[in-house]
Amino acid sequence: MAVDQALQGLDRLELGPRTAGRRAAGLVRKTWAAAWPKLLAIALVLLVWQIVHLTGWKKLVLKGPDTVLPDLWQMAQHGQLWAAIGVTMKRALIGYVLAMIIGSVIGVLVARIPPLRAALGSIITGLQTMPSIAWYPFAIILFGLSTAAISFVMVMGAAPSIANGLITGVDYTPPLLLRAGRTMGLRGLALYRYLILPASLPAFVAGMKQGWAFAWRSLMAGELVVTIAGQAPGLGVWLNTYQSNLDFAGAASIIIVILVLGIVVDGFFSKADMALRRRRGLLDPSLSA
Amino acid sequence: MRVSDDQVTPPTIVSGASPLSAEPAVSAAVALTDVSKAYGTGLAQLLALDQVSLTVADGEFVCIIGASGCGKSTLLNLVAGLDEPTSGEVDTGGRRVGLMFQEPALFPWLTAAKNVELALRARGVPRAERRVQTAELLETVRLSGFGDKRPHELSGGMRQRVAMARALAQNADVLLMDEPFGALDAMTRDLLHDELERICAERTLTVLFVTHNVREAARLGDRVIVLSSRPGRVIAEYDVPRRGPRRIDSPEVANMAAILTDRLREEMGRHGS
Repeated sequence: MAVDQALQGLDRLELGPRTAGRRAAGLVRKTWAAAWPKLLAIALVLLVWQIVHLTGWKKLVLKGPDTVLPDLWQMAQHGQLWAAIGVTMKRALIGYVLAMIIGSVIGVLVARIPPLRAALGSIITGLQTMPSIAWYPFAIILFGLSTAAISFVMVMGAAPSIANGLITGVDYTPPLLLRAGRTMGLRGLALYRYLILPASLPAFVAGMKQGWAFAWRSLMAGELVVTIAGQAPGLGVWLNTYQSNLDFAGAASIIIVILVLGIVVDGFFSKADMALRRRRGLLDPSLSA
Repeated sequence: MRVSDDQVTPPTIVSGASPLSAEPAVSAAVALTDVSKAYGTGLAQLLALDQVSLTVADGEFVCIIGASGCGKSTLLNLVAGLDEPTSGEVDTGGRRVGLMFQEPALFPWLTAAKNVELALRARGVPRAERRVQTAELLETVRLSGFGDKRPHELSGGMRQRVAMARALAQNADVLLMDEPFGALDAMTRDLLHDELERICAERTLTVLFVTHNVREAARLGDRVIVLSSRPGRVIAEYDVPRRGPRRIDSPEVANMAAILTDRLREEMGRHGS
């Protein structure tokens, strides 16, 4: 038996049978498998809420989902809610993109330059423990009641996570791959471009995901604290207004919107993370739905 | 395969112990002269290699065997230029050196073809040419249909062949192999021995192959060098005459393997007493 034929046979045997045929049939089941826990969670929350409402606790102000959900539906019919979402998401985007740029630059510099790491490494971690609301007085002194103040606090909240993610990724580049890269002749910038940065990507995405959570929290705190005259109101302003009017249904509706937006964006990061890990074979194939 | 009595003659023993009378350095692809390598300083200093001299001729296949702690990987790192010797000289005459490890060390975010192509890119091969050469290299390791697969979608043997294609893409004259088949099952390893032999013949490669598998050394090498442990020294060297294609289960390979095993056990016993 010729060697090449034996080798090809072995390759086929080791790769196992094809599974393409199963994919189409499994799509409905997969979607259902992913959806039912979430639907169950929502149902549970609504159930508990309704029960609390029925017990009559804080009867004067607390409304049940049977009042709040129709209210939310009403709001969704009008432009105001969508305008507020637009304003808030625009701020989120600006602040987060700034945090990304600043966090990445700091991350690369700290990872590459050892003295800088010694000086800044612990500061970066320390910054993450700082509650974002505490930055606002400082930011308002610096920037006044403006979008810039909000962006500043978002950057202070999110950039350390993003930088840390990148630094961790660079640190955990497998030494064997570095050896392979050097043998290949990858040096300096090329080593970063083709090896270290792609190798750091999963940790970087994890840092970006965490950074988003910090940025979103900072933004919400900012919209409650920093009221900018002459600008269309964001979600935080509406929340403030409903609070002043003791409008439980309105406040609850906005809370739901904030929660959903945060979860949806976080979901994008999770998706990116999963896709990345699947491509690299870091997921158990039986778990990758 | 032709079988006759004179095929089972014992291999020639070139030299039993170092220092060796070095071959003429003119045709040497790799020449190590009195190479020592120590790690650490002072009392904590560890001598990994002690006055190692060896030469590998152009187109020669040399296997290096030794027990744990013989500094095999250190030796390859020195030849690859990834590390500097403490004393002595390593000369590859400006030849390009490729390195293969026990693990394939492929980049998991790239497909098999892109992994090979990156080595070409690092060498500055223009884009259009890269595609052609990548296809040729995958053909060489018989993985033509698998270029778009990612490493985790391939079997261990296939990954190691991609790694081989990548090493070849470095256009190396000298291929350094650090137990490249150590993690593979015996059947796959056996087939890859044949493949490696074919590729070396096609490309007239010089190979320095480190292993702790005596049969593998006897099967592949034109010459087998035995290193002592802690520190690594050349303690024996055997010529393995080649009479046509070899097999891992052929009597001459078994014969050679037995000699190597005895020599290694003798060396290990020295550390036991």
